[in-house]
Amino acid sequence: MSDLTAQTLVKLCKNIKEKKVSSTEVTKAFIERSEKSKKLNAYITTDFENALTKAKQFDEKPNLDLKLPGIPIAVKDLFCTKNVKTTAGSKILQSFTPTYESTVTDNLWNAGGILLGKLNCDEFAMGSSNETSHYGNVQNPIDENLVPGGSSGGSASAVAAQLTPITIGTDTGGSIRQPASFTGTVGLKPTYGSCSRYGIVAFASSLDQAGPMSQNVEDCALLHEVISTFDNKDSTSINFKRNNYLQELSKNIKGKKIGIPKEYRVEGMPKEIEDLWQKGIDHIKDCGAEVVDISLPHTSYALPTYYIVAPAEASSNLARYDGVKYGFRAEGKNLIDMYEKTRSEGFGAEVQRRIMIGTYVLSSGYYDAYYLKAQKVRKLIKNDFDEAFKQLDAILTPSTPSSAFKIGEKKDDPVSMYLNDIFTVPVNLAGLPGISIPAGHDAKGYPLGLQIIGKAFDEQNILNIAYAMEEKIGFKNNITDWWIK
Amino acid sequence: MTIDLKTIKHISKLSRISVDESKAEKLAGDLNSIFKFIEKLNELKTDNVEPLTSVAETTLRLRGDEVKSENIKEEIIKNSPKENKDFFVVPKVVE
Repeated sequence: MSDLTAQTLVKLCKNIKEKKVSSTEVTKAFIERSEKSKKLNAYITTDFENALTKAKQFDEKPNLDLKLPGIPIAVKDLFCTKNVKTTAGSKILQSFTPTYESTVTDNLWNAGGILLGKLNCDEFAMGSSNETSHYGNVQNPIDENLVPGGSSGGSASAVAAQLTPITIGTDTGGSIRQPASFTGTVGLKPTYGSCSRYGIVAFASSLDQAGPMSQNVEDCALLHEVISTFDNKDSTSINFKRNNYLQELSKNIKGKKIGIPKEYRVEGMPKEIEDLWQKGIDHIKDCGAEVVDISLPHTSYALPTYYIVAPAEASSNLARYDGVKYGFRAEGKNLIDMYEKTRSEGFGAEVQRRIMIGTYVLSSGYYDAYYLKAQKVRKLIKNDFDEAFKQLDAILTPSTPSSAFKIGEKKDDPVSMYLNDIFTVPVNLAGLPGISIPAGHDAKGYPLGLQIIGKAFDEQNILNIAYAMEEKIGFKNNITDWWIK
Repeated sequence: MTIDLKTIKHISKLSRISVDESKAEKLAGDLNSIFKFIEKLNELKTDNVEPLTSVAETTLRLRGDEVKSENIKEEIIKNSPKENKDFFVVPKVVE
């Protein structure tokens, strides 16, 4: 069977179940392609030998009832994996090997998945271009020296380049959807509380969610079905009735009401994105859904709110990296000096910047003016969505205000980098599910995505809309394997 | 409002991140541009708005106070940067 790495997840599962191909053959194919693709720098750590051993074990006694029967999977290096190094893209965790497994990755292995390795990401998931990783830039397979987006940049690059059939990322302000949009792939940020946060290196706990990244909507639905479970070990995990997302996937969206928020027509948005959005609207109408103009009046306040709430939570979460219990330690004259040097040498510039912002907005005398204010505005943003969803089934927006940019282009201007997440951040603040699907190309041939936002716990509905639109759009990624010589 | 070098020094102390002069100046510049952007929130009146602390509108679950893992001292110590089989080791604190 030729070109195994080009097959979709659903197809690979089917072929393994029908014994047309073995887990070992599939695993070997992805390992070989990954080894030829080192130039992309998508991996931080590979676990290929163990993957092959596990694939052989699977083939000796195959359990073909599993949802991911012997499927090799590389995951973002933010998920703790037992006995496999987990760095979160940071120097401070360069030598950290967890003694436990995150719930989401545990779900993958219990469903028959096999770990291929750990994928590059922005340091502690703080970034929109993968350039803050201690382990180097990641190349976007679309074009040389193009960022893959971030923070799940290695994940997006690996899926687009077919180094792994699927992957999981995490999304705090857009870290699944923005890189999916930049690489012509599908990325779902589930409802807050849908996927367990246990064992995921924490960034901003009230916003963080894990989610699937894939080549198409079917694969995304299948993977979401595997990773979304109620978990007692995460106190914010929510016990709601989860669907059989793949089985219940349907292109029939007749009569659905889809909102188009006028506030997302931001100043300076390229015309190609405006046109892409209009095409999306036309596709939705073709599918028999109804399109309604709506207003989400507090949209422009979402990003400033996010840049108070997320750093505040990060400054608290990252207090644990003190050079004592795990990770990197710098020597100091005394205990305090050791802490200060460890954190100064162990964290990169962006992480330090965010810890400082967070510390400042939580500090005595500034808490009310910044942090409390941001929490109040967050309520207004959530109210906007609650109000809109009284008469809607979903909302359609662009995923990002531009296509992928060059490595280095925005690195020195934090605010212009932050603007990348302008369309994705409101969804995290309100705890809603959002999916980015590839919808077209700009004049340079770079992919552009559209985002579908749903009601809380209504992943099935946005997957269905994505599935119907995917067929109408007929997107094809222009990947030439330029990095393989 | 502007963040001066004195404020940077203060935040760096609270954050337990050492910052030298050149880094402090760069940080002051970055933080000022970020806070200028954040101050947009002051356009909004929020006196009567309840702050949102969690999007999951449920009360936290209670669970039984049971021991779930035993004898994992080795696992806990395993990643410690300064090796010692029984304790975490830090620079001398008491003279």
